[in-house]
Amino acid sequence: LSVLVFMMFQYSKLSGVHVAQVHAASHHGSLYNRSFIESFEETPMLVAVLTYMGYGILTIFGYLRDFLRHWKIERCHIAREKEEQKDFVPLYQDFENFYTRNLYMRIRDNWNRPICSVPGAKVDLMERSSRDYNWTFEYTGRVVHDVINLGSYNYLGFAENTGPCADSAAEVTIKYGVGVASTRQEIGNLDRHEEMEKLVAKFLGVESAMAFGMGFATNSMNIPALAGKGCLILSDELNHASLVLGARLSGSTIRVFKHNNMQSLEKLLREAIVHGQPRTHRPWKKILIVVEGIYSMEGSVVRLPEVIALKKRYRAYLYLDEAHSIGALGSRGRGVVDYFGLDPCDVDVMMGTFTKSFGAAGGYIAGKRELIEYLRSHSHSAVYATSMSPPVVEQIITSMKCIMGEDGLKRVRQLAENTVYFRKRLREMGFIIYGNMDSPVVPMMLYMPAKIGAFGREMLKRNIGVVVVGFPATPIIESRARFCISAAHTKDMLDRALSVISEVGDLLQLKYSRHRIQPSLARPFDNNVYEDIDD
Amino acid sequence: MNFKNFTEYLAWLYYQYLLITGIYVLEPWEKSIFNSILFSAIAMVIYTSYVFVPIHLCLTLQLSVMMQNYL
Repeated sequence: LSVLVFMMFQYSKLSGVHVAQVHAASHHGSLYNRSFIESFEETPMLVAVLTYMGYGILTIFGYLRDFLRHWKIERCHIAREKEEQKDFVPLYQDFENFYTRNLYMRIRDNWNRPICSVPGAKVDLMERSSRDYNWTFEYTGRVVHDVINLGSYNYLGFAENTGPCADSAAEVTIKYGVGVASTRQEIGNLDRHEEMEKLVAKFLGVESAMAFGMGFATNSMNIPALAGKGCLILSDELNHASLVLGARLSGSTIRVFKHNNMQSLEKLLREAIVHGQPRTHRPWKKILIVVEGIYSMEGSVVRLPEVIALKKRYRAYLYLDEAHSIGALGSRGRGVVDYFGLDPCDVDVMMGTFTKSFGAAGGYIAGKRELIEYLRSHSHSAVYATSMSPPVVEQIITSMKCIMGEDGLKRVRQLAENTVYFRKRLREMGFIIYGNMDSPVVPMMLYMPAKIGAFGREMLKRNIGVVVVGFPATPIIESRARFCISAAHTKDMLDRALSVISEVGDLLQLKYSRHRIQPSLARPFDNNVYEDIDD
Repeated sequence: MNFKNFTEYLAWLYYQYLLITGIYVLEPWEKSIFNSILFSAIAMVIYTSYVFVPIHLCLTLQLSVMMQNYL
């Protein structure tokens, strides 16, 4: 029951001040069998003030442009109602899109870039130019070749157009065609679907699994089938939009706990069990804890051993969304359950997507046989959605067999090496990086609104493609660039990318880190360890 | 970062100013408006300080001498 905190004191060369570098690796004795190192460095005060100032100036100019547009001094490019409808109830609420019109449009050339080759480790982009400041784009006709791709969710490198996966998908297309023209329930249940579901169940180590055509729809259409009125959903602060939508559609009470904070979760559980439903105080029909394996905006990994211990103690159910972590974490690539060395039977509903690590599309839900049989008839997605296309199914089958074999283990190891190397080098350079040491999603903080656009453009000038994210996907001052490491990246590509990132970081002054890593124990912590209690 | 000459260094400083204030994303005419407003404000501050600061300092010294004589 001991907590190990490593303190390393390091003299900062720049300020000559004695700065403490705290690495918090929490070891809860029997629960964790590996070190869990996460860090979220605090925003420097000066940077926060300057960011607010920048947003303030842009807001003033936004008001100016809206004024000019309203008084017709300037041509208006956005949607407007017709003249005859001016007196009706307004259809387009002007203010809601204030941010979109006045900031997003100005730096829009960093998103929706059309690519014209397979999005592997390198990708080809169509070059675009804009004459009216990003309201419309034209193609120059040129193609930018061999852009190093740090934005695709291609963790194990299966996004390729040659190799065994592509060949088998081509064969299946010749045999079955591309469209299925029915739902799973009616006449769209191919033998390939059955084989794929058996394979997914074997891969995860559970009894049975079921696949759906779209990852977002898997979450939003299946949570309503699992929870309803009179149930309680405890969801993490930073859950994905699909989980939030599914929870809202279900009609259950939703309570939110602080991100990855087990004290907050336990407090909510105890409160729920003691007080029951809001007005009647009857016990809840069921309590469902909804968490994700890797949170893609923060790069943090869920504290799964503690969640499972809590769920057993308080008799709740666990829904684990492994969209980014399946295939990317764990010594055998089996996801966050494998990463912590836990038993897959402890997680009641395992959900994941095939989009990220398998190079296909769609999602799955896996668990006990009774659960999957129930979902087959009660889930909206199963009953109404078209079934998955045969080449996609074949890609999933081939890539999964590959991961379970020798070649796949090589990829998993390459990804782990790449991740550790990339994160270590970026941290040494002095950037602020969020998240767990082992997560292949690397968010690098940019903070200021102008640097979002500048970073994207400067990286593309030097032939590196990155994804930058701002409000509303992140809090307003914490805009970031998100790198997704792939097993397909060679060390040369990573070295080239790192040197370019360092160059652009110096040009834009992005190296904010003062090596004062906020320990992940900064939240209120008491020495209770959530161990299994077998009643 | 190596700068070949002083002009390049000044250009980089101007680029940092554009990035930090957020002006970088605006169209050229908006940049000119902001720059002219900021420049005129700074010019007014400098002119006012040039005209008034010596007189303020003199008066402060006289006042402190008077206070000392009074006490």
